[in-house]
Amino acid sequence: MFLAPGLTAILVLFLVPIAAALLLSLTDFDIYALGDTANVRFVGLRNYARLLADPLLWKAMRNTALFLFVGGPLTIGVALAAALLLQSRAARLRGLFRTIFFAPYVTTLVAVAVVFRYLYHPRFGLIDHALGRLGVPPIDWLGDPRWAMPAIILLAVWKNFGYATILLVAGLQAIPESLYEAARLEGAGWWQLFRRITIPLLSPTLLFLGVLTTIGYFQFFAEPYVMTGGGGPLNATLSVGLLMYKAGFRWWSMGYAAAVAFVLFVVVLGLTAIQFRLQSRSGA
Amino acid sequence: MRRGWSSVLVPAALVAGSVLALTPLVWMVSASLMRPGEASEFPPPFWPSRPTLGNYVELFTRLSLGRALANSLLIASATTLGVLLLNSMAGYAFAKLRFGGRERLFRILVAALVIPAPVAMLPLFLMLRSVGLVNTYLGAILPGTAGILGIFLIRQFARSIPDDVLDAARLEGAGELRIYWTIVLPLLRPVLATLAIITFLATWNDFVWPLVVLTDESRYTLPVALASLIGEHVPDTELMMAGSVLTVLPVLLLFLLLQKQYIQGITLGGVKE
Repeated sequence: MFLAPGLTAILVLFLVPIAAALLLSLTDFDIYALGDTANVRFVGLRNYARLLADPLLWKAMRNTALFLFVGGPLTIGVALAAALLLQSRAARLRGLFRTIFFAPYVTTLVAVAVVFRYLYHPRFGLIDHALGRLGVPPIDWLGDPRWAMPAIILLAVWKNFGYATILLVAGLQAIPESLYEAARLEGAGWWQLFRRITIPLLSPTLLFLGVLTTIGYFQFFAEPYVMTGGGGPLNATLSVGLLMYKAGFRWWSMGYAAAVAFVLFVVVLGLTAIQFRLQSRSGA
Repeated sequence: MRRGWSSVLVPAALVAGSVLALTPLVWMVSASLMRPGEASEFPPPFWPSRPTLGNYVELFTRLSLGRALANSLLIASATTLGVLLLNSMAGYAFAKLRFGGRERLFRILVAALVIPAPVAMLPLFLMLRSVGLVNTYLGAILPGTAGILGIFLIRQFARSIPDDVLDAARLEGAGELRIYWTIVLPLLRPVLATLAIITFLATWNDFVWPLVVLTDESRYTLPVALASLIGEHVPDTELMMAGSVLTVLPVLLLFLLLQKQYIQGITLGGVKE
């Protein structure tokens, strides 16, 4: 009785649509079907065949992989550095700094993407202006296909590292000080303490962050939607999520879009499984 | 010797990190107070020469972003209430009520947490369309109430409620719904506050779903309105910054106010994995 409302909501609004997405991906549901569902035909795996031959998908995959495999480790790396600084004995005003680092995380992505769009402006943006003071020639961050992804990655690191920092600080606090004392008595240096104690004992937190980042970063969407006019320049920032959105809600090829969604699903699931596997192996 | 170094380097690094973290937000506020065109002068100024609220006036009068603000408030509040009710009931049931297959059902739900939400988006849109909920507030609210994370949070917390308290109430003849409403809910208050702020912020900041389901401009939430605004107002840096401040400020203030609850929820969800 208590479960019924919540589970019904999850079933109807989440699990059924997931199953329906699989079915949808096997049809040619398009704008005509939207008018009259009698126009829907079953096409088997044809959407997937078309999709795998679509250069746009591979472009989107490459950009998404870049975002995930560069942006993810960078975010967690910066967060780890911040967490170690916050936990360092020489740190003062820890609560204040923690709040400051966390603030970007609670902001609205669309709004800060708008802000960064202006910060990245090659002439009036503060970033190029500051780099110019250091003698770096202006970079057309969002207009140059080579720099557009790095620009979006930097935004993601700025926005998300505070969240990982909070979790890593909690993880660091759970490591008993006596372990460090004992190792120090045996003459271990800073790097050895870090490698032999900190990292292994943080690994559950790191795994959690890794999985969460994979799921989150693989869906990135709003940044290119707002900052590069929907994946430009030259599709240099087209993401898998954006491709799905465009196929489904701009071109109304919903069968095709559902196939994109399922490719995204399978890749995320695979990457998550690999991380759990790696974790259990290193733990054994 | 090393201790001496770190007592200077650590605070310096923390201050440098804070400057990097805050500069974009400070500039956003500062540029929103500039005269039109001022941010596009060369060299770009960081502070307004004469601060003005003109951009905000324009947002609320000519661009009717007040409407989007009201929409965002309505949708985020309603979603939060729905999540609190549904998740507290289910989380309590998973923690305290006995029924067959309880643990297995719960494990299935936790496993479903790794499913990326956009996978459900297309069929969800078609389903809501077939019942006439596209371009309605209800259509924007409903999918957000299908939360799993909240059930997880509530369950963790509800486990600490002593069974004696519940059994005593049952012996006195109280119905299950009454027990839930008068005993369980008050005991859950701390975790409900946590869940409320997490849900409110997530719904407020959400972009994809409202973008898809709300087609009429008068129903846009702030992020959707902002994204559509930048299409026409790219050169109006100061105006766009005022819009960004309007979007970010409510959640930032809410976070600063309820920081403790929010961070508790995040670490509770994280450590337990």
